Amino acid sequence: MPMTDILNALVLLSNFVLVPGLAYGSQLALGALGVTMVYAVLRFSNFAHGETMSFGAMVTILMTWVLQERGVGFGPLPTALLALPIGILGTVLVCLVFDRFVYRYYRRQKAPPVTYLIVSVGILFILSGVVRFVIGPQDRVFADGERFILKARAFKELTGLDQGLAIKTTQGVTVVTAVIIVALLFWFLNRTRTGKSMRAYSDNEDLALLSGISPARVVAITWIITGALAAIAGTLYGLDKGYKPFTYLGLVLPIFAAAIVGGVGNPLGAIAGGFVIALSELLLTFAYKRVIAYLTPGDWIPDGLVQLLATDYKLAVSFVILVIVLLVKPTGIFSGKTL
Amino acid sequence: MSPNLRTVVLFAAMAALLIAVGVIQSVHVALAIFNLCLISAIMTLGVNIQWGYAGLFNAGVMGFAALGGLAAVVVSFPPVPLAWAVGGPRAILGVATGVLAVGLAILTWKKMRGSRRFRGWSAAAVAFAGIVVMRLVIDPAVEAIEAVEPAKTGFLGGLGLPIMLSWVAGGALAALAAWAIGKIALGLRSDYLAIATLGISEIIIYFLKNEEWMARGVKNVNGLPRPVPYEIDLQQTLWVQELAVRLDFNVVELSSIIVKLSYASLFLVVLAVIFWFSQRALKSPWGRMMRAIRDNEIAAGAMGKDVTWRHLQVFVLGSAVIGLAGAMLTTLDGIFTPASYQPLRFTFLIWVMVIVGGSGNNLGSILGGFVIWFFWIEAEPIGLALIELLTLGMAQDSALRLHLIENAAHTRLATMGVVLLLVLRFSPRGLIPERSK
Repeated sequence: MPMTDILNALVLLSNFVLVPGLAYGSQLALGALGVTMVYAVLRFSNFAHGETMSFGAMVTILMTWVLQERGVGFGPLPTALLALPIGILGTVLVCLVFDRFVYRYYRRQKAPPVTYLIVSVGILFILSGVVRFVIGPQDRVFADGERFILKARAFKELTGLDQGLAIKTTQGVTVVTAVIIVALLFWFLNRTRTGKSMRAYSDNEDLALLSGISPARVVAITWIITGALAAIAGTLYGLDKGYKPFTYLGLVLPIFAAAIVGGVGNPLGAIAGGFVIALSELLLTFAYKRVIAYLTPGDWIPDGLVQLLATDYKLAVSFVILVIVLLVKPTGIFSGKTL
Repeated sequence: MSPNLRTVVLFAAMAALLIAVGVIQSVHVALAIFNLCLISAIMTLGVNIQWGYAGLFNAGVMGFAALGGLAAVVVSFPPVPLAWAVGGPRAILGVATGVLAVGLAILTWKKMRGSRRFRGWSAAAVAFAGIVVMRLVIDPAVEAIEAVEPAKTGFLGGLGLPIMLSWVAGGALAALAAWAIGKIALGLRSDYLAIATLGISEIIIYFLKNEEWMARGVKNVNGLPRPVPYEIDLQQTLWVQELAVRLDFNVVELSSIIVKLSYASLFLVVLAVIFWFSQRALKSPWGRMMRAIRDNEIAAGAMGKDVTWRHLQVFVLGSAVIGLAGAMLTTLDGIFTPASYQPLRFTFLIWVMVIVGGSGNNLGSILGGFVIWFFWIEAEPIGLALIELLTLGMAQDSALRLHLIENAAHTRLATMGVVLLLVLRFSPRGLIPERSK
C-alpha cells in the first residue's frame, strides 16, 4: 500500500472528524466548564446554562452590528471577537442580577437541589423569551473577516495529495480562544488566593467559612466566571455554526453529557468530556467508505457508506452517552476530585 | 378564606376568563383554548402523580406525550397493504431482534456479576453484535417500506381501528416505555434523574423523527380519523340546520362549534375519570404510603416499604396518564408531527403548570393546566395590545415599534418564567396547596 494512500486517509479523517471535532469539542468544553463551576460551588444542575450562552452570543452580535456599522473590523479575524468583551460583561451582569434576586433567597433557605433546578427552569424561560424578543427567532450569520485559514485547494497544491484539508477561521479562533481561556481559568483556580478560596469553599463549605472565606464573594466570583464562560462558548458556537436562538436549548444536553462524562464539578473532566462527546458524535456518524477504500489494497471500494449510525442521529449520540454514563458510572471518568 | 372557597373562587375566575375570551375574541378561540386546557390538565395530573405524590422529577414528559401520539397513528391509520407485503414481517422481525439483543445484553450484565472487569465490555459486545444483526434484518425491509408511494405513505400504516382506542393504547405504550426507563434510571438522584429523562425523551423524539417506516418521521402523518363527525357532514344534517335557524347562527360556524364541543365533552369525561381515580389513590393507604416515601425515603424504607418498587409503580402510572393525554392531543390535531415536540412546550411548560397549580393537589394541577395554557395562548394578544399601548406615542413606522410588535409573541416565554419564579418565591405550594392532614 503506497504511503500517499495512508496520508490521504488520514487527511480525510482530519478534515471531517478531527478538525470539526476539536472546534465543537472546545465549544462543549467551555459550556461544560460553566455547568461544572455552578455545580461545584452552588451545587445544582443549571438547566438555564444553554440560554445563558445564547444570551451572551446575542449581546455580542448586537455589539458586532454596532461595530460593523461604524466600519470597525478586526482584519482577517471576525469582528465578533472585538465585541466579545461587551457580551461577557452583559452576561456576567445578568448572572449576578439573577443570583441577587432569585438564587440568593434559596441559598439562605438552604433549599434542596431540586428546587434550584426548578428555579433554573424559570430562568431558562425568561432568558429564552428575552433573547427571542430582542433579536428575534431568525438565524443570524455574523462571522466576517477571512473565511478560511487553510483552504482545501491550497492544501492539495501544497502537499500533492488527492484529499484536501480545510480549516475555517472560526474553527481556528474557537480552539485558540478555548486554550487561552482554559489556561487562564486553571491559573486562577490553582495559583491565586481567590481561586484557592473557591476550591476550599467547594470542598467543604463549613470549614471554608471557619477560615474566614466570604461566601458572598465566592458565589459572586463563580457567577462572573460562569457568565464569562457562557458568553464565550455561546459566541464561539454561534460564529462556527451560525446563531439560531433555539439550538441553544438543545445544546444543554450535550453540555451536561460532557460535564457528567468527565465527572460533574471537575473542570479537567469537563474539558475531557467535551472532546469525548464531540469526537464520538462525529466518529459514530462518519461514513468510512472512502477511508476504507484508501486503506485497502487495490481498487476495492465498499458498497455501502460504512456508517455506524445515520447522520440524523448525531445529536442523539451524546444523549445516549449521557444516559449510559449516568447509569454505569454517574461519578464520571475522573471521579472523586472536584474543582 | 377557607381552602374550599378558595378553590371555588379560583375555578370560577378561570371560567370567567374563558367566557371573556368567548365574548371578546370569539367562541371558537375560547373553545379551542378550553380543549387544550383539558388535555394540559390531564398531562399535569400525570406529572403530579410522579412529582406531587412521590417526588420524582420526570423531565421526559415530551417523550411520553410523543409515544401517545405514535399510538394514535398506529391504532387509527388504515394499514398500507403494499408496505406490509414488501417488508412488514421482516420489519417486525427486526424489531424483535433488537429487543432480543437488548435483553441478551442485560442478561449478560446480570449473569457476569462475578467478573467486574469484563462485565461491561461483554454486555456492550453483545449489544453491539445484536444491533449489527438487527440492522442486517431490518434495513432491507425499511428501504422497501419507505419506497412504497413515499409522497403519500412510505410507512406501514396502522391497524385501522377507532382512534379512541388509541387513548388506552397510548397510555399502555407510555407505561411500557416508563417501565423500561424507570427500571434503569430511577435509582438516580433527583437532578440526575431529571437530566437522564430529558435525554431519553430527546432520544425518543429522534427515533420518531428518523424512523420513517414507522410513522413517516418528519414527513408527518395527517388525516387521522376523528372520533367526532366532520363539519361538512354536520352542515348537511337536518337538525343542525334547524338549530342554526332557531339560534340565528351561521350553519358553518355552528357545525364547527358542535365539533369543538364534542371533543370537549369527550375530554371532560376522560379528565373526570382520571381525576376520580387520582383522588381515590391519593386518599387511600397507598397514597399515604407514597407521601411517606416522598417525605422521608429512609424512614419509609425502615418501615418495610419497598421504595424502589413503589417509585417504579408511580412512575409508570404517571407516564401512562401523560401518554394518554399525548394520544388525545394527536387525536385533536388530526396530525402527528414529531418535529413539533419541543422540550420547552411539552416538558417544561407542563412543569410550570404543576408548580403553579400546587404540587400534590389534583385540583391544583387541573387549575394549573388551565391557567398556564390560557396565558400561554393569550399572552400573545395581551402582549401585543400592551406593546401597542406603550408605543402609542411613537411614529407609526418607527423601527423600534415595528420590531417590538413583530416579536411580541415571544413575551409569553418570559411571562411563564416570571410567573414560575414568582409562585416559587411567594407561594411555593402553588395556587391550591396540598392539604396536610
